[in-house]
Amino acid sequence: MTRRVVITGIGIRAPGGKGAKEFWSTLTSGRTATRRITFFDPSPYRSQIAAEADFDPVIEGLTASETDRMDRATQFAVVCAKEAVRDSGLELGGLDPYRVGVGLGSAVAAATSLEREYLALSDRGRDWEMDPARLSPHMFDYLVPSVMAAEIAWTVGAEGPVAMISNGCTSGIDSVGHAVQLIREGSADVMVAGASDTPITPIVVACFDAIKATTPRNDAPEQASRPFDGSRNGFVLAEGAAMFVLEEYDSARRRGAHIYAEVTGYATRSNAFHMTGLKPDGREMAEAIRVALDESRVDVTAVDYINAHGSGTKQNDRHETAAFKRSLGQHAYETPVSSIKSMVGHSLGAIGSVEIAASLLAIEHNVVPPTANLHTSDPECDLDYVPVTAREHRVNTVLTVGSGFGGFQSAMVLRSPQEVS
Amino acid sequence: MSAVGAVRAPGAGHSPAAAREPGPGTNPHPGTGPVYVTGIGVAAPNGLGLEQYWEAVLAGRSGVVPITRFDTSRYPARLAGQIEGFDASAHLPSRLLPQTDVSTRLALAAADWAIADAGVDPSGTTDYDMGVVTSNGCGGFEFTHREFKKLWSVGPQAVSVYESFAWFYAVNTGQISIRNGMRGPSSALVAEQAGGLDALGHARRTVRRGTPLVVTGGVDSAFDPWGWLSHLSSGRISHATDPERAYLPFDAAACGYVPGEGGAILVVEDPVAARARGASRVYGEIAGYASTFDPAPAGFRGERPARPGRPPGLRRAAEQALAQAGLTPKDVDVVFADAAGVRDLDRAEATAIRELFGARRVPVTAPKALTGRLYAGGGPLDVATALLTIRDGVIPASGASADVPADYGIDLVTKGPREARVACALVLARGRWGFNSAVVVREASV
Repeated sequence: MTRRVVITGIGIRAPGGKGAKEFWSTLTSGRTATRRITFFDPSPYRSQIAAEADFDPVIEGLTASETDRMDRATQFAVVCAKEAVRDSGLELGGLDPYRVGVGLGSAVAAATSLEREYLALSDRGRDWEMDPARLSPHMFDYLVPSVMAAEIAWTVGAEGPVAMISNGCTSGIDSVGHAVQLIREGSADVMVAGASDTPITPIVVACFDAIKATTPRNDAPEQASRPFDGSRNGFVLAEGAAMFVLEEYDSARRRGAHIYAEVTGYATRSNAFHMTGLKPDGREMAEAIRVALDESRVDVTAVDYINAHGSGTKQNDRHETAAFKRSLGQHAYETPVSSIKSMVGHSLGAIGSVEIAASLLAIEHNVVPPTANLHTSDPECDLDYVPVTAREHRVNTVLTVGSGFGGFQSAMVLRSPQEVS
Repeated sequence: MSAVGAVRAPGAGHSPAAAREPGPGTNPHPGTGPVYVTGIGVAAPNGLGLEQYWEAVLAGRSGVVPITRFDTSRYPARLAGQIEGFDASAHLPSRLLPQTDVSTRLALAAADWAIADAGVDPSGTTDYDMGVVTSNGCGGFEFTHREFKKLWSVGPQAVSVYESFAWFYAVNTGQISIRNGMRGPSSALVAEQAGGLDALGHARRTVRRGTPLVVTGGVDSAFDPWGWLSHLSSGRISHATDPERAYLPFDAAACGYVPGEGGAILVVEDPVAARARGASRVYGEIAGYASTFDPAPAGFRGERPARPGRPPGLRRAAEQALAQAGLTPKDVDVVFADAAGVRDLDRAEATAIRELFGARRVPVTAPKALTGRLYAGGGPLDVATALLTIRDGVIPASGASADVPADYGIDLVTKGPREARVACALVLARGRWGFNSAVVVREASV
């Protein structure tokens, strides 16, 4: 019999609030956390907007040594992992550590630290060859960032399978999907999984500037992230992390854990088309959705809410809308679809996990978060995107999807504990 | 202890996933069956191409040389497993050259060779029936170093339109998928030197979950000045100047490791699918895979009192991989060691092997002494080498390592290849900070 996997703990640090409560309050109020970049002077850049998180490592309880060695993304992930475990009520110390694993997603990993070290080693970009006297002892771990998953394993005492998944912008769905597969196949009983990215650093901003993927709407940062809106012209870069406790259903029930949802289906496909481009037909994302629903053993009409990738680029929102129609048929028109990136921006590899957190809270509260800044219609985006205002709505089954550079298209189905018990 | 923590037998609880894709060669009973290796492509410092590499390994030819990519005079270490004579333009279309790092070019070429070796025509295979799972340690690092330099010496407008995807860790998976029209489940994993075995393990899982064919493995390279300094900061790099003596795993004179570049890409398949398409050869089967993690080091968050009697993570990974394969240590004919070349790490690995197999009871080898440590590429190259060992009945030697401390208690293959019938090999890898992975390969059960 297939082992069932449920989520029993959430830890989140995202723009607009720390912890699930503040995060949900931001989302349901429709407030946007997108602002002019403050981490550095953004004036030389095409896109000068980002969603920055309010994160103080000292207040978060990290030691000086931890703050010194850990990249900002690692700090976020470690804090979220602790919070998720606390939220789950699991006494990790009482578990067999061999049966506990970690799945961490991240797209650009230690980008912030890489850039900091680069500036020191190269004398702010002057030197191609570098001065060994300025070398940080942590540089290797920014080059090869699997230490990020190691730090989480140490934090939660995991000695089972520990994996770092780096699939670009689907990393946050894929790391949780990976964890689900490991529990199902019996390689672990508990997985602490999720994703973290803190890419608001000049090199990453310049990367997306170069391909005009981010919005240049610099005169109106708070209204800059406009998924599905006719006037959308790119995404808003963000940072954030979300980590979860996943465990086998029967043990979660036996210990009386609060179950946010069961992960009933997960699938990923690739478009084999272009490293950054998307075909308008949405074929591969539709296939991922079809397989995830099939694995969930539910009909398409069971989907109550679609948490969209909705990045706010011209091609993504069109591609995704086509994928929903292709996979759900008429039901796509009858289902609320929304993009929280309109409020918290696009934190690359982390966002898939941040959106899983939003999906769990939508199930928890029977409320669908809105798509902020959606005012102008686009004939190619003609679904119910829940514009501007959150909506009370019975949410038992959520489909959450992601799309990433490299061609990755991932889909996950989450169902409320009432539905699955 | 709560019920969640109940110890289960290793390998127990495997169950088929619900979803399967259609396809003419789809195994009707996925989930637990064998997974074949039907194609191998190698890009190693001592050989470009599988047979060229194998010939070099058996002849004891090393790819460890003084770095020629940049002036190393100011750095304390100057030797690397460097690939020479790779002309990317001879292997790849010109439009791919400006958008790829050297590591991705090597990965694309190795993938081409593996697919050709397997006799697969990707264009004739259902697109969702092929996936790509690679490991990557460094991303497109030299490429990204150039872009950092442009950003900070010229300005944001100078940054390449390719930087956003030439850098990140999923680049090789994505480019292999695009080049070959592979639209099945795909992924990229990072676990330093252990990641390559994790990719193979996940590829095997992906096949068992219903995707008939997965291209898998790993390739890394970071031999620009910034990449090189980053290697050095690990504190484990050999400062030796004699290429023959720089990386001596398990030798009393071990003085660190030499980083290398390259790796191996493998085609793994469901046996039913392989038979259905008339696969020309089967190198062997990936019979077992497991990964474990070590407890927190002293002084780190999560440090806990030592638990006497608990086996080290590396041994546990090996035991679990063998149990999954339905094998015991006495079935293993050779161990391909992680072979860190750092004395305390060598000793720890020797102890794990000795305690699992008994003192000097199994040949142990480390042909990576001839290539350097390839990070994501290391595990897949060792698996490729293990499969050739099975094919040809000869175990390669461990480079120049010769003087193994007696108390290690391992039978290291030294001074030249050793003829032996090999039906089963255990491949070990450790990633910095506590990652342990093990793969068991054996002759295919036909």
